[in-house]
Amino acid sequence: MIQAKTKNLKNFSTSAERFEGANLLCPGCAHSIIVREVLNATDDHLILGASTGCLEVCTAVYPHTSWDASWIHIGFENGSSAVAGAEAMYKALKNKGRLKQPDRTPKFVAFGGDGATYDIGFQWISGCFERGHDMMYVCLDNEVYANTGGQRSSSTPIGASASTTPSGRISYGEKQNKKDMMAIMAAHGAPYVAQVAPNQWRDMVSKIQKGFATKGPVFINAMSACTTEWKFAPEDTIAISDLATDSLVFPLYEIIDGTKLNITYRPKNVIPVRDYLGAQGRFKHLFTKQYEYLIDEWQTRVDAKWEQLQRREEACL
Amino acid sequence: MLENGWDTFEIGSILRPFEGSISDAAAILPEDRLYSKSNSFGISVADWRIEKPLFNKNLCIDCQFCWIYCPDMSIISRDKKMVAVDYDHCKGCGICVQVCPTTPKALLMFPEQKDEEAALSEWPKKEKKEAKEN
Repeated sequence: MIQAKTKNLKNFSTSAERFEGANLLCPGCAHSIIVREVLNATDDHLILGASTGCLEVCTAVYPHTSWDASWIHIGFENGSSAVAGAEAMYKALKNKGRLKQPDRTPKFVAFGGDGATYDIGFQWISGCFERGHDMMYVCLDNEVYANTGGQRSSSTPIGASASTTPSGRISYGEKQNKKDMMAIMAAHGAPYVAQVAPNQWRDMVSKIQKGFATKGPVFINAMSACTTEWKFAPEDTIAISDLATDSLVFPLYEIIDGTKLNITYRPKNVIPVRDYLGAQGRFKHLFTKQYEYLIDEWQTRVDAKWEQLQRREEACL
Repeated sequence: MLENGWDTFEIGSILRPFEGSISDAAAILPEDRLYSKSNSFGISVADWRIEKPLFNKNLCIDCQFCWIYCPDMSIISRDKKMVAVDYDHCKGCGICVQVCPTTPKALLMFPEQKDEEAALSEWPKKEKKEAKEN
């Protein structure tokens, strides 16, 4: 499945970038690492859209754009619908024979943050997946509304301190569990649903290419470590992502046709969840006597999830 | 359109990243592209930096880890070789230095005003491998 261009990093580095620098994303932001890996995974024409979020406001600051491909600036909730509309128009024009370059098939990709995906744009994404547009939706999951000042979203994990769920004497921060978006999208019967992390670039690029080759709606949930809201030093973005994938807090797997689950990355040494939590400022309060019991709860939950994924993979359910 | 301010910006306007028409951006390297004024390629974020990464060619093994993990397209790689750092777009996050696998590292952070030659002369030297015990 992996094309020759992305077989190794040296070949991959010959790609001509279609995402430009001098955007206003924070130094060390994982969003642009993910966008680059998605855009460089293909040489085809791209038609892109982005829901409101860090990525949209930072890459299209009037009068500048950072996108070297067709890109649509759209509202918070309807990023997926805009791209689905473009895809439907492309199909209609193709049927009528009114395309200028009918031999070149563009790829349709919608980007959205976790706020736009898990909360605000959820109904619209659900609609796109139900109608079965031939598009890819990439969720840049940084587990918080980072653009507006770090409010909790339904992707924020339990125990994290966000600006609307601050930790303190009374509260340990976010009280709800993270929504299982992967299972929800797979339940739509989508042909391909995958969870990726930018630090595992080979795994990520091969999943993106698989998604592009798939006909029908594809959902990609990409972990995007947020240096500002997760509170770690900007140079540690890749190190924190490594901790997340190796501690199985963010397992990398794919679900094909809504049923068949494959785990695509099994860490050689599984590290304790405590190391992942301890590396970030948003979990600092868990390391006090009052809230220490939450770390064990975290570990139990992550272990249970991993066990469940492995069982599902074995059972082919 | 660029002459107008943001408040005269009409809904449905298009910002063009390139001058004239372009058929396939993925086949043209950045140095051969005809960027327009509204492309962010033309502006600089160099003043965001406190420290800058400097590149030592002699230690580089061209693994391209810095290229794939750079969030700002600031590692310039051509023909599978790491060539230089793009100081107009580098924000000085330091990810490239963290992921560099060689010892001593081929990329190191130095203060923004540091002279490149002076930095290269005081680069940490390669330590000789000591014979392993047992």
